[in-house]
Amino acid sequence: MNRLLSNVVGSFVEAWQELRIHKTRVMLSLIGVAVAVCAITTVVGLGAVAQQALQEQNEQQGGRAATLSLYVAKYDGTPVDAEVMEELWTTTLDRYGIDYASRVVNSSQTVQFADGAVPVRVTAVDQPYGTMHRVRLTEGDWFGATDADRLAPAVLVNQVFYDRLGQPDLATHPTTTLLGDRPTTAVITGVYPVSTWDTEPAMYLLADTLAGLSSPEQQAANGVVPNYEMWVPAGLSEELTKAIQRDFTAAIGSGTNVSVSRQDYAAFNEDPFGSIKLLVAGVAGLVLLLGALGLVNIALVTLKQRIREIGVRRSFGATAGRVFFSVMMESIVATLVAGVVGVIGAVLIVTNPMLQGFISQGAVTDFPPFPVEAAILGLVCATVVGALAGLLPALVAVRVKVIDAIRY
Amino acid sequence: MTLLHLAGVTRTVQLIDAPPLTILSGVDLDVAVGDRVSIVGRSGSGKSTLLNLLGLLDNPTTGDLEFDGRPVKSFSSAERDRVRGRDVGFIFQQFNLLQGRTALENVMTPLLYAQGKQFWQRARIATEMLDRVGLGHRLGAMPDKLSGGEQQRVAIARSLVRGPRLILADEPTGALDLETGADVMALLDEVATGSGAALITITHDPAIAALATRHLRLDHGVLTVVGAPDDSALLGGDVPDDLRDDDLAAVPA
Ligand SMILES: Nc1ncnc2c1ncn2[C@@H]1O[C@H](COP(=O)(O)OP(=O)(O)OP(=O)(O)O)[C@@H](O)[C@H]1O
Ligand SMILES: [Mg+2]
Repeated sequence: MNRLLSNVVGSFVEAWQELRIHKTRVMLSLIGVAVAVCAITTVVGLGAVAQQALQEQNEQQGGRAATLSLYVAKYDGTPVDAEVMEELWTTTLDRYGIDYASRVVNSSQTVQFADGAVPVRVTAVDQPYGTMHRVRLTEGDWFGATDADRLAPAVLVNQVFYDRLGQPDLATHPTTTLLGDRPTTAVITGVYPVSTWDTEPAMYLLADTLAGLSSPEQQAANGVVPNYEMWVPAGLSEELTKAIQRDFTAAIGSGTNVSVSRQDYAAFNEDPFGSIKLLVAGVAGLVLLLGALGLVNIALVTLKQRIREIGVRRSFGATAGRVFFSVMMESIVATLVAGVVGVIGAVLIVTNPMLQGFISQGAVTDFPPFPVEAAILGLVCATVVGALAGLLPALVAVRVKVIDAIRY
Repeated sequence: MTLLHLAGVTRTVQLIDAPPLTILSGVDLDVAVGDRVSIVGRSGSGKSTLLNLLGLLDNPTTGDLEFDGRPVKSFSSAERDRVRGRDVGFIFQQFNLLQGRTALENVMTPLLYAQGKQFWQRARIATEMLDRVGLGHRLGAMPDKLSGGEQQRVAIARSLVRGPRLILADEPTGALDLETGADVMALLDEVATGSGAALITITHDPAIAALATRHLRLDHGVLTVVGAPDDSALLGGDVPDDLRDDDLAAVPA
């Protein structure tokens, strides 16, 4: 143990001295390694950030894995009896023990703003929807269990809507007027962010609130058909898809289109950055290789001088294994230093606010910290390249014949 | 206490297009701790080859070589390296300092292959050693900024820094002028005496050979004991040309 430690530390000292002597040449060949490591780490790091952005967006749209979507419509266009649907929906959730489920109605609702009545996109949902879609709010809270019983219904508005109201303090319980058959005053209890390209006001209501504003028949007449979403374990999604499809078809009868399908992003699993990643990784790999060749070159060029040096070291007690390890260490220490520089560069690039804004388009509410895997990957790449580049010189070094090396 | 024991040692090398070349034949030698041995002989007589064997850098072709009572043949390669690092210190004619490393780093080098206290306190130990050879003020000097005599003093410090029991010096003054050579040898003798190590010196210089207590001579690979190296002993028989022409002429009568 003691011997191992002093061997490792000793090799490190020897490697460092050797690098110091050839520092200019070493540094030049390391630029390539540092750049390559930086590129690889940046790509992986950005990939992770972009992935997070994409996932957040996808989850907000399609729900978390696995979200099943149920859609029921009659072929002749007449609405399915609302009470029958309601009944079936509740028993299905009970039967399969699905806790997270929500009706989703996409509709439009006229809202009275100071400068006039404006149609606003509305998504009417049940309370679990917030968890299922990981909806993030910049202010206030998602619908609570008691919101359904409020006298004045709760409404969550997007940033555009909120800005148009002049950003009132939510603690003052600001209200907005929903026009329609039965004009209603709603209390704004939360605000959610929008992408930079989104300029239209929009809001979330509870499905029951929307039903109170206009009857399902009216909605059906307007062409609004509710969608039903269920968040289920991914492993069960296929079975449940079939079972629910069968149950509904059997219960509602012929002439009806019952469709159950998975709609979350994970169902269409593909890496949108795959090809870019591959390209950058390829180029970076090439640069890394060139840097490594530079290191091998230096090691071989200085070998003549070093044969004598190795002979001297051996005569003072360095074992063959120690010589191998020391020479190997030179190259590893060098590339590791370059790797650290590269990773630091990558962190600076990836965590740059301008770049993050560009990638996320404002859609990501909280950025993940720089992914540790990316940094580790960069350092591992550097070390592996160093080890590969050190192998040849190290093999040459152990084959040095001591008595020939110190003969003059 | 016997440190080295050689009995019937030969060393031959296989040449490519010629019969095997015998460099050493029938060498018998015992060296004890504290011995001062000088070896003379003309160029090509096998002195360095013998020294390589004594320093565990090479193996005899036949015959027995024991180090510290153990047959060298029984050592594994790594064991032989470690024993050499711990017990043997080399001094070369060309100094063989590591270029680009300071005097201190050069003296620290053998300690890099040690363990425990010697390893972890190598800077302090090496500094003390350089102090003892009178170079305490040149710790940070690079070899190419030092004079020949100073370089050899660094080399002496390096060979002694692990406290070896055997010091092998192959023409340690060969690259120095006479006066500097004498100074360096006096220093080597003094520190070797202080540490109780055996000192084996190869030299062409009778004045330096005279510092030893045992005098040996190699002729075509055959080792013989000679008397004190006065002029007659050296000049008798086939005196090497280089000895007569250069070295002896410079020695005051
Ligand atoms: N590996 C080898 N292959 C071939 N010949 C060798 C080898 N090693 C030594 N020799 C030969 O053996 C002889 C003795 O060599 P060695 O270096 O021991 O001489 P030396 O006494 O130290 O001479 P010098 O005083 O010039 O240093 C020389 O003729 C040399 O050429
Ligand atoms: Mg020689």
